[in-house]
Amino acid sequence: MNLGKELFRGLIKENPTLVLLLGMCPTLAVSNQAINGIGMGLAATFVLVGSNVVISLMKNIIPDKVRIPAFVVVIACFVTIIDLTMNAYTPDLHAQLGIFIPLIVVNCIILGRAEAFASKNGVLASLVDGIVMGLGFTVGLTTLGIIREIIGAGSVFGHKLVAENASTVLLFILPPGAFVTLGFVIATVNRLLKKKS
Amino acid sequence: MEYLIIIIGAILVNNVVLVQFLGICPFLGVSNKVSTALGMAAAVVFVMALATTVTFLLQIMVLVPLKIEFLQTLVFILVIAALVQMVELILKKVSQPLYQALGVYLPLITTNCAILGVAVLVTRQGYTLLQSVTYAVGIAIGFGFALTIFAGIREQMDLQDIPEAMKGAPIALVTAGLLSLAFMGFSGMIK
Repeated sequence: MNLGKELFRGLIKENPTLVLLLGMCPTLAVSNQAINGIGMGLAATFVLVGSNVVISLMKNIIPDKVRIPAFVVVIACFVTIIDLTMNAYTPDLHAQLGIFIPLIVVNCIILGRAEAFASKNGVLASLVDGIVMGLGFTVGLTTLGIIREIIGAGSVFGHKLVAENASTVLLFILPPGAFVTLGFVIATVNRLLKKKS
Repeated sequence: MEYLIIIIGAILVNNVVLVQFLGICPFLGVSNKVSTALGMAAAVVFVMALATTVTFLLQIMVLVPLKIEFLQTLVFILVIAALVQMVELILKKVSQPLYQALGVYLPLITTNCAILGVAVLVTRQGYTLLQSVTYAVGIAIGFGFALTIFAGIREQMDLQDIPEAMKGAPIALVTAGLLSLAFMGFSGMIK
């Protein structure tokens, strides 16, 4: 297994948000600030790595017919863990992300990787897959968050780039900005990937 | 009056797809034709009202008395998944035409995050049972409303000459952005 190749696959070639278009709801909802994007991305990465490892360990025990409900239970357990942990240690971020933390459970990236990868591969491969896919999601979210924060609020990670009372395009941190920015980012990625191949 | 405000708020002001970003996957996935959009919308209204009722009662009667609210996510998603399966089986037995119309959309609904989202939201907002169901129906109608308008636009868009890289998801997202901008006009309606 080539780690660099795996990383390239997760971050660019099969980037879950920008290329595979999975997990659109949290992508659009929490990318109004770069820091929210990182927080959401890391929370989802934790769940993805945890569920990938546990599912690959249990793949021989779980009967084929009930595998989807079983996967969902495993994922929901990890979501509950991260929900309670964030509530205890990062209450501000937890409040910002709000309902989208419990909703990690229906994020198609996680169930998708469980079904397509972890249920067929060994523990180590699943662990790596969880990490690279999670990183891909985090990078996608953060990129979007940085673009929206710069245009919409004139700052990056809360650091002001423009004068205090400068006017910014507020629309970009509001819901319409999410759709439009994501649309153009995906178009750019499409264009670049096409050029390469 | 209070219920009217909840309904209007849920349909227009806090539109589930365009403002709250729930249920984006079916919004982008089944919006190619107006007829499929209407079918999906009907299935969502039905399942959302049912799921919210059941999960609300579970929360009040089981999770809170036993002090196991932290299991909410786990319990709700399993209940919703089971419920959708059950509705599918019952529809198949009871009404073949209805099953023909809605059946294909039901399996897709389990992964519609709007269903779980609304179930969790109503418990956080402290609504009563009747308010919760009203809210759920409003949200579902709002979903159908946005989906149908969007499908209508996309049908027209198929005929347009779109730059290669923008085809498919990107142009759909930009369109959704403009639609979302239009819905922002409603935001002053309710304080």
